[in-house]
Amino acid sequence: MSTATAKAIEGLKARAADEGLLDVAYTTTDSPFGPLLLAKTRRGLVRVGLPNQDSDELLVDLAERVSPRVLETPNELDEARRELDLYFEGKLDSFDLPLDWRLSGGFRQKVLRAINRIPYGQTRSYTEMARKAGNERAVRAAGTACGSNPIPLVVPCHRVLRTGGAFGGYAGGLPMKEALLQLEGVLDESPAS
Amino acid sequence: MTALPPFQTVLDDHATAVMAILHGAVGRDGAEDCFQETFLAALRAYPKLKDDRNLRGWLLTIAHRKAIDHHRARGRAPVPVAEPAELAASDGMPEPDDGLWAAVGALPPKQRAAVALRYGSDLPHSEIAAALGCSTEAARRNLHEGLKRLRKELA
Repeated sequence: MSTATAKAIEGLKARAADEGLLDVAYTTTDSPFGPLLLAKTRRGLVRVGLPNQDSDELLVDLAERVSPRVLETPNELDEARRELDLYFEGKLDSFDLPLDWRLSGGFRQKVLRAINRIPYGQTRSYTEMARKAGNERAVRAAGTACGSNPIPLVVPCHRVLRTGGAFGGYAGGLPMKEALLQLEGVLDESPAS
Repeated sequence: MTALPPFQTVLDDHATAVMAILHGAVGRDGAEDCFQETFLAALRAYPKLKDDRNLRGWLLTIAHRKAIDHHRARGRAPVPVAEPAELAASDGMPEPDDGLWAAVGALPPKQRAAVALRYGSDLPHSEIAAALGCSTEAARRNLHEGLKRLRKELA
């Protein structure tokens, strides 16, 4: 692509943002675990894609479920990227980002909102999350809600463990969950799983 | 209907072709603004687009209208593809033979545009038609006449 085209595209994206045509803004950013996809709407952060998830598929999904007006606009995600960088450095224990919950409905959203209130460095069980969301017996559904969390890391589903302390699952893979809990000081260097 | 792809994909796939056509249609100075007007109009209409099978033709049609708007605003008629050599270079093509491009540059505007779009941007007849705002048949005829003339010039 020529530099003239690249410059025209940059200007186009700024104008799209000014005119309110930027329904989904996204970027990719580096993390200690690999590249993350960050996507936001005018309401807030709507999707975080983990390194083992296919970014292209996530973007197609956003186009279908939110709006096809999806554009790569890194500067729109500056604040999210800044807070995540600090989090990975162990210098931030609470995200201050507006969130867009629209990709999760009903019970799942209730579970995720409960997860979002688990403080840094603490863990809860799937059972507790089911209870907080209003149905103590829906433990399996609470687990599914964790597994389908569209905004992992920021909504800290890695802080949810099985009753008794077993790891359960993680969309980004169990080594990542383990590393995040180590970062937050929950686990020592040789955890039992 | 299948879901529309993310607009970023549309931009990635077609930005170069749209820019090349606008470069030719309105020149270097007007191209950036026409390019942005084209994609802003496309972005506005995109969620309601019924058929995503010919996104390039759709974009080129919009680009053509924006080029006409541009020329109207300046009070002169559109001159499609005024600088074919530049068009080819911006598209990452191998350096064209000077004599050939000089001959292309000497063709009447519509023939010149048809030849440049076919061999510079590799567009099918239907998309050349969309870019020129004429029928597919007229695009085919312009291309044919242009090539005939080139053969005679360069023989």
